[in-house]
Amino acid sequence: MAGTQYRGSEIKDVDQFLEDAEGLGSEREKEIGQHIGYRYDVNLVPDYNRITPYLTKYMEVMGWDDLNWLEDVHMGYEEGAPAVFDRNINGWVRVPSSMNLPDNQQDRDMLAREFLLKFQMSDRHPLGTLRKAYAKF
Amino acid sequence: MAGVSDAELKAMTQEERVTALGMRTEQLTGKSLYMEFDPDAEERFVYPWAPEVDYNKRTELDTGDMTTTEVNAQIRDLMNEGYGTIVLKDPRGKHSIGTGILSRLNLIIEGSIGYFGVGLTDGPNVRITGRVGWSCGENMMSGTVVIEKNAGSTFGAAIRGGDLVCMGSVGSRTGIDMKGGTILVGGDTGALSGFMMQRGRMVVCGNAGKNLGDSMYDGTIFIGGDIKSLGVDAVEEEKTNLDKAWLTRKLTQYGLMPDKGVDHFTKVVSGKMLWNYDNLEPTEKKMIL
Repeated sequence: MAGTQYRGSEIKDVDQFLEDAEGLGSEREKEIGQHIGYRYDVNLVPDYNRITPYLTKYMEVMGWDDLNWLEDVHMGYEEGAPAVFDRNINGWVRVPSSMNLPDNQQDRDMLAREFLLKFQMSDRHPLGTLRKAYAKF
Repeated sequence: MAGVSDAELKAMTQEERVTALGMRTEQLTGKSLYMEFDPDAEERFVYPWAPEVDYNKRTELDTGDMTTTEVNAQIRDLMNEGYGTIVLKDPRGKHSIGTGILSRLNLIIEGSIGYFGVGLTDGPNVRITGRVGWSCGENMMSGTVVIEKNAGSTFGAAIRGGDLVCMGSVGSRTGIDMKGGTILVGGDTGALSGFMMQRGRMVVCGNAGKNLGDSMYDGTIFIGGDIKSLGVDAVEEEKTNLDKAWLTRKLTQYGLMPDKGVDHFTKVVSGKMLWNYDNLEPTEKKMIL
């Protein structure tokens, strides 16, 4: 599967980056002291058998037949913690440590999509504050 | 690097040199804002500031004698009045039509538009009955855009999300620098398609020109016809069952499913041999500045 089979990005276990926060696999990564590439498979397409009711409702509201932009959202791992990259703020948002994670990446990705969507649509998202300050229309 | 002479650097081991040059102290990672999701967040489906629109509330706009600015301002006004379906008539090849729509909307454009059409969008479903010029759907964030005829070059440049569909053929550099989303092409695509692609998926039912996927960092390209040549670091890979299921669903969704199915599609991904970036670059910049 693309993104899982090359040096630094080799993903052997779903909990790999939770158990090994540094995740420096290759000589090159050890040399430069940081991980190369994403900590999830960016090319993994969603398994629609695992979709959640909230995401199904979102598709209906938007008039889409599939997850659309959310197909690109995955659960990643930042500094050993499960997190989702939010493109609207160019940063990671963490999953609360109290949450029990599913044991497979597909279910984790669906959870990540739900969390990110609710966060982006909420009043506490930083984009709301930026919009109030800078929006022209 | 002040304080370390060339002679000292030469005398160092690679490990010591890396540390002395600051490559271990300046990390490109660590973008976490230390924000946490709220597991009990309210279930909402649109941005808090999005206008409440009704897809069943429809209006038409004759754009023949209007400027682009006037058309785009009028679209926003109509959305604020609750119109969820807007039909633009007589666009006369105007550039930058329908850009910056950041909410759900059905937008139908009857005719052909110029360059940078429906770019920077986040949510709307757009159908264009004619042709489009350069960079249609540029920087699109989410939603669907369907073009019934052909499209120009740099189709879906830097697209970040959503489905961008051209039923006909497209020009060169399709999906250049794409960072997510899906580009579907019913016909052929030109040279350097997928150039510097970073993620997302591109599906071309016909042929692809020279240097397909040149310098692609990640993402996936599926080609149904012939590939003139692969670009630097673009390699073929076996399709997974999940890939086939995804292709079947997506192509069927837009009426582009070939009679012979999806088994003949060639999958192209990054060979990842160009993954050489490190944190030397910002250090170098500091030294120069």
